Parts: sequence; structure tokens; C-alpha cells
Amino acid sequence: MAVEIRLPTILRPHAGGETTVAAEGATVGELFADLTSQFPGMKGQLLNADGSLHRFVNVYVNDEDIRYLEQLDTKVAGTDQISILPAVAGG
Amino acid sequence: MLEVPQRLVTEMFAHAIAGLPDEACGLVAGPVGGTRLDVFYPCGNTAASSTLYNVDAGDHLRADRDADERGMEIVGVVHSHTHTEAYPSATDVEQAPDPSWHYLLVSLREPTPSLRSYRIAEGQITETAVSVTD
Repeated sequence: MAVEIRLPTILRPHAGGETTVAAEGATVGELFADLTSQFPGMKGQLLNADGSLHRFVNVYVNDEDIRYLEQLDTKVAGTDQISILPAVAGG
Repeated sequence: MLEVPQRLVTEMFAHAIAGLPDEACGLVAGPVGGTRLDVFYPCGNTAASSTLYNVDAGDHLRADRDADERGMEIVGVVHSHTHTEAYPSATDVEQAPDPSWHYLLVSLREPTPSLRSYRIAEGQITETAVSVTD
């Protein structure tokens, strides 16, 4: 099913400047596979070479961080709010 | 030039002092692509360190949603340096997540806190003049 994903500012140029985009999938992993096939420029910023989630990317399904759920296998429904946020850190 | 309301400066200084002995951090929102800040979101520092900061991701999510509801965007991050000047460190430059953001620094080195702001893009630091408004 189609799910809306809210993009962080840094990824919006890859999606023609859009703030939210729709992707198909039943899990976060499937959504990202569809997202990166729609916008190939995003792949390297979201996923490592082995397909795992990049450590400087946080993904929320509603109010839950997927790292505390089933990572990329976390199931999603059409009504879920998916947000991608960059890790913000420094010294 | 970055316009920052006085009340936001006070909020940022208060959050920095309350965070001692650790670095404190927060996010700022304003109109999209603008040169003005309207909201400061104090966030947790999950690094809990006097030399490192990591914005609590749950706080970031709440700030992002609140800014969106107000028709604004998160346009930058503020963090404190507990003993050094208000200038980005090498770590700040390496880990800057978004070249379009403002990077504000509060220094607690002197008895009176100071605030400066920068752009960090492609490893380059450029200072932005801060204009404190009413």
C-alpha cells in the first residue's frame, strides 16, 4: 500500500524539493526500496552497502524509533506517519 | 545576517546553563529559507558529555512536527561549549548534518554566555552575523 514519508530537508532536493513523498511497501525496508528506486540519489544517504540503515539516519513510524521495533522489517500501515530525520551531533 | 529574538537568546542561554556540566543542545525553527528564528526547542543531549552532544531523536521528532504545524521548518541546531569559545569544533564540522542549516554556538567560557552563528557546508565554516531583535 502507499504510505507517506516525511523527508528531512537534506533529502528533499533528491525528490524535486518535495517535503513528503509516497512509497509502496508493507515494511520500512520495502518502503525504502521503493523510495530509492524512485529517487536513486537518496540510497547512499539512507542505507549502508549491506542494505542496513545508515547510523546517522533515524526513522520513526508514528512515535516509535524503528531501532526499537523491528528495524527495516518494521511493518507499516497506510495510516502510519513515517518520518526520516538525520542524526544531529557534534562536539 | 540571522535575526534572533531576545527571548530566544535567553532561552538558549538558560538551557545551556541548566545542562552543565554537559553540553546542551536544541533545534531552532523559522520560516522556510528565512533569515529569522522564531522558535527554540530545547532537546536532550544523549551523549551526556561535557565535550560531545547528540540531539535526542524523539525530541527532534517532536520539534519537527511542531514546526511543521506552525508552518515553519527546523532551520538549525544550537549547542553549547562549556569551556571553549563559540566556534565550531572539528567534530562539529565533520558531523554537520545539513548544509542548509544554521549552526549556533553558545559559549559558557566567560561569566556572561555568548552566542555566535555559522554556516557549515562542504567542510567550510562561514560566520553569520547575529542580530538580536525585540
